[in-house]
Amino acid sequence: MIRIGIDVGGTNTDAVVMDGDTVLAGVKAATTADVMTGVVEALKKVLAASKMKPGSVDVVMIGTTHFTNAVVQRRDLAKTAAVRLGLPATASLPPMVDWPEDLRATIGNHYWMAHGGNEFDGRVISPLDEDELLGIAAEIKAKGIKSIAITSVFSPVSNEFEKRAGEIFAKALPGAHISLSSDIGRIGLLERENAAIMNACLRDLSAHVIDAFRKAITETGITGRFYLTQNDGTLMDAAYAERFPVLTFASGPTNSMRGAAFLSGVADAIVVDIGGTTTDVGSLHKGFPRQATVAVEVGGVRTNFRMPDVFSIGLGGGSHVLDTDKGIKVGPTSVGYKIVTEALIFGGSTLTTSDIVVASGRESLGNASKVAHLDKGLITRTQTKIMAMLEDCVERSRLSPEPLPVIIVGGGSILVDGPIGGLKVIKPNHFAVANAVGAAIAQVSGEVDRVYSLAEIDRDEALNDAKSRAVEAAVAAGALRETVEIVDVEDVPLAYLPGNATRVRVKAVGELHV
Amino acid sequence: MHIKRIVHAADMEDIAVGGAIMGTGGGGDPYVGKLMAQQAILKYGPVKIIDVTELPDDALVVPVCMMGAPTVMTEKLPQGDELMNAFRALEQLLGRKIDAVLCGEAGGVNSTTPFVVAAASGLPLVDGDGMGRAYPELQMVTFTLHGVSATPMVLCDDKGNSLVLNTVSNAWTERLARAATVEMGGSALLAFYAMDGATAKKAVVRGTLSLCADLGRALREARAAHEDPVQAIKAKLGAEEIFTGRIKDIERRTEGGFAHGTARFEGVDGWRGQTLRLDFQNEFLMAERDGKVIVTTPDLITLLEAESGNPVTADSLRYGLRLVALAFEASSAWRSPEGIALVGPRYFGYDVDYTPFVPSS
Repeated sequence: MIRIGIDVGGTNTDAVVMDGDTVLAGVKAATTADVMTGVVEALKKVLAASKMKPGSVDVVMIGTTHFTNAVVQRRDLAKTAAVRLGLPATASLPPMVDWPEDLRATIGNHYWMAHGGNEFDGRVISPLDEDELLGIAAEIKAKGIKSIAITSVFSPVSNEFEKRAGEIFAKALPGAHISLSSDIGRIGLLERENAAIMNACLRDLSAHVIDAFRKAITETGITGRFYLTQNDGTLMDAAYAERFPVLTFASGPTNSMRGAAFLSGVADAIVVDIGGTTTDVGSLHKGFPRQATVAVEVGGVRTNFRMPDVFSIGLGGGSHVLDTDKGIKVGPTSVGYKIVTEALIFGGSTLTTSDIVVASGRESLGNASKVAHLDKGLITRTQTKIMAMLEDCVERSRLSPEPLPVIIVGGGSILVDGPIGGLKVIKPNHFAVANAVGAAIAQVSGEVDRVYSLAEIDRDEALNDAKSRAVEAAVAAGALRETVEIVDVEDVPLAYLPGNATRVRVKAVGELHV
Repeated sequence: MHIKRIVHAADMEDIAVGGAIMGTGGGGDPYVGKLMAQQAILKYGPVKIIDVTELPDDALVVPVCMMGAPTVMTEKLPQGDELMNAFRALEQLLGRKIDAVLCGEAGGVNSTTPFVVAAASGLPLVDGDGMGRAYPELQMVTFTLHGVSATPMVLCDDKGNSLVLNTVSNAWTERLARAATVEMGGSALLAFYAMDGATAKKAVVRGTLSLCADLGRALREARAAHEDPVQAIKAKLGAEEIFTGRIKDIERRTEGGFAHGTARFEGVDGWRGQTLRLDFQNEFLMAERDGKVIVTTPDLITLLEAESGNPVTADSLRYGLRLVALAFEASSAWRSPEGIALVGPRYFGYDVDYTPFVPSS
């Protein structure tokens, strides 16, 4: 099977062609404002480099940090209405209470708390008040908001209020994007609500980006299947990804860590992935990213997704470098994909970290004469600052005194020179395109979400039944049977239903059948 | 009155982490309580902490807490006025001004809820609690061992309902309040166990709010210094590592407003080949290693994430997690025959006698 892995980052769009487990070629192209042009260019380049015809490609897997970057940088986010159903309960902590102020301001800090919601046992906290919701819809319309996130108390137990409120808003606000929290998250009101709000504010962007991917693939002449990678490193189809952009949030780190393990052959390490805009640091345990057990923050917002434990900072190859009275400031702002026109070495007028590395003479990239005038002191101080920033985040991810190696991957790897905090540094082959490799080797999952009546069968039988159904679902989705394993089992008793009903969710994951 | 420490909004972070460790898996995630406390402190000003010895003998002290199932608390957040409503209503019933706020339970969400009332009322908060840990039932406090009545008690819900209880025993208070809490949707907020300063000096488990703050700080500092955070917490508590392993199975049932369940672990590292079974009823109550009971309530069992040292609640136990189990001794008040009768393993329906756990460290 010939597969193409693509990683669309803030600065670069990388692509690899793999034949089974062999990387045939890896290329980088600049990410473009329209996303599509960059993907087309990367696809054409990588097909040429690997001497593959478009028709022989079986499958394309795309990983993207586009949506995470949008939240982290507070860009391209739609004004969003957060609607919570649960009054009089929950009023003590309004939606977005724990969000960073700037992000709240970016999406408008528009929230409404309305009646509705369920108790843990399915009883109604207060009935849905349709007139109240119509009033809110009118206010949303007056504010010109087109993205709505609806969160009802205990919607994982009963999602009827969210669905009904969704219908009311859809009718009152034609064309609005509506995200229901019960489609996205689990029990834990604030975390699930946060995920739904972030999903909603990304829907305009996701429609645009997924369409760009689709067009790019068609334009290149590839007819194979097309997937996006999600948080846990498994695949989802494009239509699903468009509705749930928030599910791509941690796919970048997951792909880069799995790619780093695959390329380096090292299973236990700290992985530092330096892109154009951000650096992600995480740890690899037996070839898999270490998962966070506590709530993970994205752009300063608490969520309860299952995600790798990654620490991110705003440092990359395109980060702005400013010499201020308080010392050198590197990032978090970045020229991003505009590096090819805005960085000094490419004839632009913005000083970036890449300019500093070229000026130091360590790398040749662009036109070195454009940075020959830079002050030696500035170069040294900036390099010291960059290494200190990297050391700080490696130290945060290093949870034992054991001297693990540091695997450096990503297009911004040129920023690193020598050991970090005394730890040995490994730059594997194809290091610059590790994310794309991670996307290409992404796994296939099968999920089961069923209600069993434990009055009829016992819990073990129910779990075993759900597990075997999940395995079959993974195999049906294209997983190689002998590689399939159960990665998640959760059973939630539904006390309000007769017959001791329990909702069982099982996820099975396996390698794509090659 | 000597102020022992001043707690600002930012200080609630350490207290919430320490509260989760002392919560022994239960008591609810302190996150929601921390946010409520921070909102209150930002609005009304910082909280003054005093030692229980600072209280005049005739001072009136009132504990407050949240009651119910932890899962409910993370999902159905309070309306916001319930705690102060309960506190003021009890003050009115007693016919005199309350002088200080007390913590009922220094583990889980209730390590943070008294800060809401202390901030909003401007009253000092006593450094101590009635458990030195978390427990699922409201008669399970050292106050009961000292003959303090839980009633008159005021119970408030999110809808504005309030209930005054006058009961013949604290066990009856639990039964009636529990039934009311389930009807109220699985969580309620209350003010109870009003006592005078002289009684508080005998009955309070001392210094536990400071212990929460110190545990949170120890974890934060160990991580900053790249020392083993699990070891730092173990040292601070004088605890023993009883197991390190991965969760292979997790079974849950919600009965009568409680989260019951069993988690089964398979050993890793030095524990390879061994198994641990952990039973919980909101809190971790009994640990069985390779089929042999090694720790039971009232001694404390807490689970930490193996690498980060983050405390893990029974609610967030998930298939595949790699965790360290620590055990340590309960407050001496609990180890008396009366204490064991109130909170020992048999009370929770486990057919074993209490054997005091002695950490080998």
